[in-house]
Amino acid sequence: MSEFEPRIVAFLCNWCTYTGADLAGTSRIQYPPNVRIIRLMCSGGLDPIYVTKALLEGADGVLIGGCHPGDCHYQSGNYKARRRVAILKSILEQLGFDPDRVWLRWISASEGQYFAETVTEMVAALKEKGPNPMRNLWGM
Amino acid sequence: MPLNAVLEVEDNILATLDTFLRGLLEHGVVEYLLVPQATLAGDNVVQTLVHDMSRLQAVNPVAPVLPVNSAKLVSKLTVKGAPRPVGVVLRTCELRALVELVKLQQASLENVTVIVVDCLGTYEVADYAALVAAGCDPTAELLAQVRDGDLHPHGGYSFRAACQMCEYPVPDVADVHGPDIHLGLLGMDGRVLVTVRDDLAEPLGLTPTAIPEGRKTVVEELIRRRAAERDRRFAEFRSRVNDVEGLLAQFSTCIRCHNCMVACPICYCKECIARTTTFDHEPRQYFEWAERKGVVRMPVDTLMFHLTRLNHMATSCVGCGMCTSACPNDIPVSTIFRAVGEKVQAIFDYVPGRSLEEELPLATFREDELTELGEK
Repeated sequence: MSEFEPRIVAFLCNWCTYTGADLAGTSRIQYPPNVRIIRLMCSGGLDPIYVTKALLEGADGVLIGGCHPGDCHYQSGNYKARRRVAILKSILEQLGFDPDRVWLRWISASEGQYFAETVTEMVAALKEKGPNPMRNLWGM
Repeated sequence: MPLNAVLEVEDNILATLDTFLRGLLEHGVVEYLLVPQATLAGDNVVQTLVHDMSRLQAVNPVAPVLPVNSAKLVSKLTVKGAPRPVGVVLRTCELRALVELVKLQQASLENVTVIVVDCLGTYEVADYAALVAAGCDPTAELLAQVRDGDLHPHGGYSFRAACQMCEYPVPDVADVHGPDIHLGLLGMDGRVLVTVRDDLAEPLGLTPTAIPEGRKTVVEELIRRRAAERDRRFAEFRSRVNDVEGLLAQFSTCIRCHNCMVACPICYCKECIARTTTFDHEPRQYFEWAERKGVVRMPVDTLMFHLTRLNHMATSCVGCGMCTSACPNDIPVSTIFRAVGEKVQAIFDYVPGRSLEEELPLATFREDELTELGEK
């Protein structure tokens, strides 16, 4: 049997983390191909519904990437995202989900290396956890 | 500063409340009154917006039935500002929901006089109707119990789950935004306590009096019992839902009718994402899911609906329980939302309904909070 390969859905902000991911690519930095990236204009524009949808559909992890605190292109979107993620994680934990499948990371446009490291680290952590139990459940 | 007075009860408590509320129109404190009255059939008590005093014929602000959380009705009356002075007679859960709706900019307290009467608990609408049909007077039964505060339902019936664990039978506690007028019944010596905004004492002809002894103890004891029931139900919920299988079992009977959302006073969005076409999928999408997973529950997104509602409104959930009452399949929606909401609200030290000044957790942020999130 082949090794379990986690599937990660990443919601990245246009101005920082997505550009950071782009830099990782143009700099030919290697990172695992387990991540499916969705570009948003701002982490503050991410409705938690899309994170829960991904988890309920069986994504093993969700990565939310935004600008470092104080650096948001729209002044405060990342601070609002941080509150939403805090709420989401509390809800997930209370309802029997593993909140550590959701990662929030501040990654700037110049941090291509850090983006690659984050994905590598997340893939390793999710391999440790094993597949999302929702993959094989259908009652949702 | 609010000012306390007492109303003597000549005939019965209900008649005293009727006279007092009538007085608000008579003395010109308000021109309109949103007040619960028994329907013609007598088996329900609903809010009525009254302008003509002679139409106050079946006033009953303590009837143990709550068909709608009236915060939704006050929103309808005041979303663009009340055009004329209006008094609204509410329960504490309705006042607390109204405070949240004001902060969500769905209601306004301008030109509004909020009147809250001690709540004695409520039955499901169908149970209340059945009790009346059986010749019972559910209001009189409970009014007989207000003095010692040991409120219990009619034999064989129970109060709504939300009421059994409600720590807010009265509004004059620290965690509730103060109403303009409060009519207190619990722990009273057969009279009615009136607490009013000080500028209302004169027009209403009230003489300041000390709060009669005994009320405080009775109210505290009632709140203590309710809080114990709340903790018991929360613990029971948490032991049932400790993994996703447990969660799926909770919502196994959900038919995604959206009744809980429609009944919720906080869920005001005109274009709720659960009702837009955002999650309408192409037919082939369902087949792809079935192919990938082997099986999918239809209709899809049932659990996502509840999780999303939690993410959107758990910070403002006042625990009025209208969602549970609206559920056709008896899912304890309110217990789940209150239990989860309690911990979410605690992150921000937020109590829904407590204050008009405290900002909604989702509408604000602090730079120096939650700093561990986003870092390695």
